[in-house]
Amino acid sequence: MTEDPKILPLINDRTDSRDILARASSQAAKHGLDDYFIVDVDSHIGDGAAWPEILKLLENDVLRDDSIFYSAAARGAFLNDTPGLQWQSVGGRVPHGAGLKEPVDDKSAPREVTLSRRAIDALGLDCQVFFPNALLFLGMHPVREIEVELSTAYNRWIVERVLPHEPRMKAMVYLPFNTPEAAERTVKRFLGKPGVVGFVVTSTRYQPVHANEYMRLYAMLEEAGVPLAFHAHHNWQNEYTKQLNRFISMHAISFVLSNLVHLTNWVINGLPERFPKLKVIWIESGLAWVPFIMQRLDHEFLMRTSEAPLLKRLPSQYMREMFFTMQPMEATNLKLLEGTFEAINAETQLLYASDWPHWDFDVPARLFDLPFLNERSRRNILGYNAARVFNLDVPAKYRKPEQVAAE
Amino acid sequence: MKELFVAAENEIADGGRKVVATGGVEIGVFRSDGNYYAWRNECPHQGGPVCQGVMTRKVEERLDGERKSSGIHYAADGHRNIVCPWHGYEFDMKTGRHVGHAATRLRGYQVKVRDGAVYVVLPA
Ligand code: FES
Repeated sequence: MTEDPKILPLINDRTDSRDILARASSQAAKHGLDDYFIVDVDSHIGDGAAWPEILKLLENDVLRDDSIFYSAAARGAFLNDTPGLQWQSVGGRVPHGAGLKEPVDDKSAPREVTLSRRAIDALGLDCQVFFPNALLFLGMHPVREIEVELSTAYNRWIVERVLPHEPRMKAMVYLPFNTPEAAERTVKRFLGKPGVVGFVVTSTRYQPVHANEYMRLYAMLEEAGVPLAFHAHHNWQNEYTKQLNRFISMHAISFVLSNLVHLTNWVINGLPERFPKLKVIWIESGLAWVPFIMQRLDHEFLMRTSEAPLLKRLPSQYMREMFFTMQPMEATNLKLLEGTFEAINAETQLLYASDWPHWDFDVPARLFDLPFLNERSRRNILGYNAARVFNLDVPAKYRKPEQVAAE
Repeated sequence: MKELFVAAENEIADGGRKVVATGGVEIGVFRSDGNYYAWRNECPHQGGPVCQGVMTRKVEERLDGERKSSGIHYAADGHRNIVCPWHGYEFDMKTGRHVGHAATRLRGYQVKVRDGAVYVVLPA
């Protein structure tokens, strides 16, 4: 009888992410990703297990004391998301969709560092930008002060306890956007800290981004040359999405809806004219919505120009200067996708993002499945565009003459 | 053509599977109602490890005589689908076709049972 073949394990919710991503590692080898500078602009390595530690960094003494009684009993004290409305794992079909539960033995660094290293190595990345997974819904918190307190503790945890362990991990710092002065204080406090590459507004919130209270914040970020990102999330609790009975429907619409609203306000109120050097990134709404809103706004702008008098060009022309992360890249119609790449000027504006370990993550190899994409664009999207946005040093080994980013 | 040994015949229980890396390919062999089905462990979506995911019963939505929905339920036939663990693409275990889009399908292999052992046949 023949020799026994190697057995591959079944994947469940405790499987090591290196085993879950083993095929991504094979893809990386096949495509020679070692030779590509790759930045993952959006990852959500779990932070739930660290919550009690994050609460210890609360700066308000009363809240910190309160948290002791909460956190002994439950993770996620003070958070406002609804645990019962999470169907990310599709009924257990996507085991990692509910967060990584794999064992981590290394006690020399926070669990998140180990999990990030595993993903960086398995996906063939050079660095990975870590997002505040637990805070994605915090913009809807009924208590404004708690948004400020929790996000400050969280930002400190990332900057003081996580990033120092691993230079390949970077972070976008959470802005407590419901309190503009606190958002400004956040920029002052965390700007320039090692590993901090930008600031993020979680898009699920009811705050008009063009409100005058935000102008000082935008000016600070423009002046500092760091990007402002809007990161989408779902919201099953507004009047429109409450009509949707399935997670698929709610997710498909609400991840786009929040950024549609914020981007529309951003453009129509002329913020790109007011802050022409401010780098703005729209994260995790996919790409299919972008040509829709480009055409829609251009169409109406030509008839109602008097309602957007700050604009000197078509709305879509401003949008072509914004940055978009590609995940979750809708690719069931490659012609539409090709048109989208052209519409957004993907060669210089599109950024690779995995969203790992969420259920709709994208592997870098996706960029090798697009017949219309040339090698220069692929390299830009995988990493060089991000290097430009985040002011990252590209290691010397990638600085070959044919591999420079398009400016 | 090349035959690759996967398992002894009694090694894979009915309703079970074995996923192996052999001869430069990854293959999942599934057994159902006494028959074997072999699929390449590479999802047509993003290349994920489709054969290593959960097996689940097919879900259907039932309508009454007035076409009112009585909700989502498991199908009665007990048939199992293979679900890719990366993002949830769900395939009929016997046909290898995506349950919502038949044109999206797994690549299959012929299975041979000989002398108490299960082999897959790789095309030359
Ligand atoms: S790779 Fe299989 S579902 Fe995406």
